[in-house]
Amino acid sequence: MAGTIRVRATASGDTTEVQSLIRHPMDSGFVKDAKGELIPAHHIEVVEFEHGGKTVFTALWGPAVSKDPYLKFSFKGGKAGDELKVSWVDNKGASDSLVAKIQ
Amino acid sequence: MHKRKYSVGITMERQMTEFHDAPDAVRRTILKGAVVGGLASFGLGAFPFPAFADVDAKQWPGDAFKAKSEAETLKALYGKSAEASDKVSLDAPEIAENGAVVPIAVATTLPNVTGLAILVLENPNVLAAAYKIPAGAQASVANRLKMAKTSKVVAVVESGGKLYSASKEVKVTVGGCGG
Repeated sequence: MAGTIRVRATASGDTTEVQSLIRHPMDSGFVKDAKGELIPAHHIEVVEFEHGGKTVFTALWGPAVSKDPYLKFSFKGGKAGDELKVSWVDNKGASDSLVAKIQ
Repeated sequence: MHKRKYSVGITMERQMTEFHDAPDAVRRTILKGAVVGGLASFGLGAFPFPAFADVDAKQWPGDAFKAKSEAETLKALYGKSAEASDKVSLDAPEIAENGAVVPIAVATTLPNVTGLAILVLENPNVLAAAYKIPAGAQASVANRLKMAKTSKVVAVVESGGKLYSASKEVKVTVGGCGG
């Protein structure tokens, strides 16, 4: 699946700041479509960020997270040129992952 | 002998065309996928790609996400209740014009933070997002949430085995759960 994840990781000092944007509908299961039928819930459940073989951050998301979710956090460690792996899985079993270079 | 050679030639030829066809078909599918994905971003999630996830979906706390109250959620998620603390800061707008996208940021100066959760008390399901922060990560998170209506937003931080919280009322003029 091409390009659902965009991530920018910037190292400064001993911490790395990560900003990510994932393209996903994040349907809550409460919204009706034009015909008045309920759109079933379809949302990302887990997002994991890995650095140096270790998980540095895990996001557990419910349907209340906005469409095309944005996330910003920082973690200790990581330097320019290191790899950061981002992967997600949603409630229908779809998934994507991306390896980005820390800047 | 001669005949046999001929038939081998045919087979080889067929194999070669097949070989040439295959990448084409793949390319076509990829192109199609790219176009559809570009037109409708919500089409993307539906592609039947094999799950190569190294993410374990089982760690998703389904019970916590179904809870209808703050106490229930925290019990399902951490098995305890939170106390208010001024060391947890919750950054949310006073008035959110669009309930579908409410920017919310949580930060804390508490040490040994292992978990963080954001709750919107008036939403159909209270828990919006939970984060697991392995040691070494700094506890500050920003994301965007949906809010059905004006509600108290609660940020909960798990630090040293205890829960601390901060809350803020966010007014919503257009709800995010019903168009």
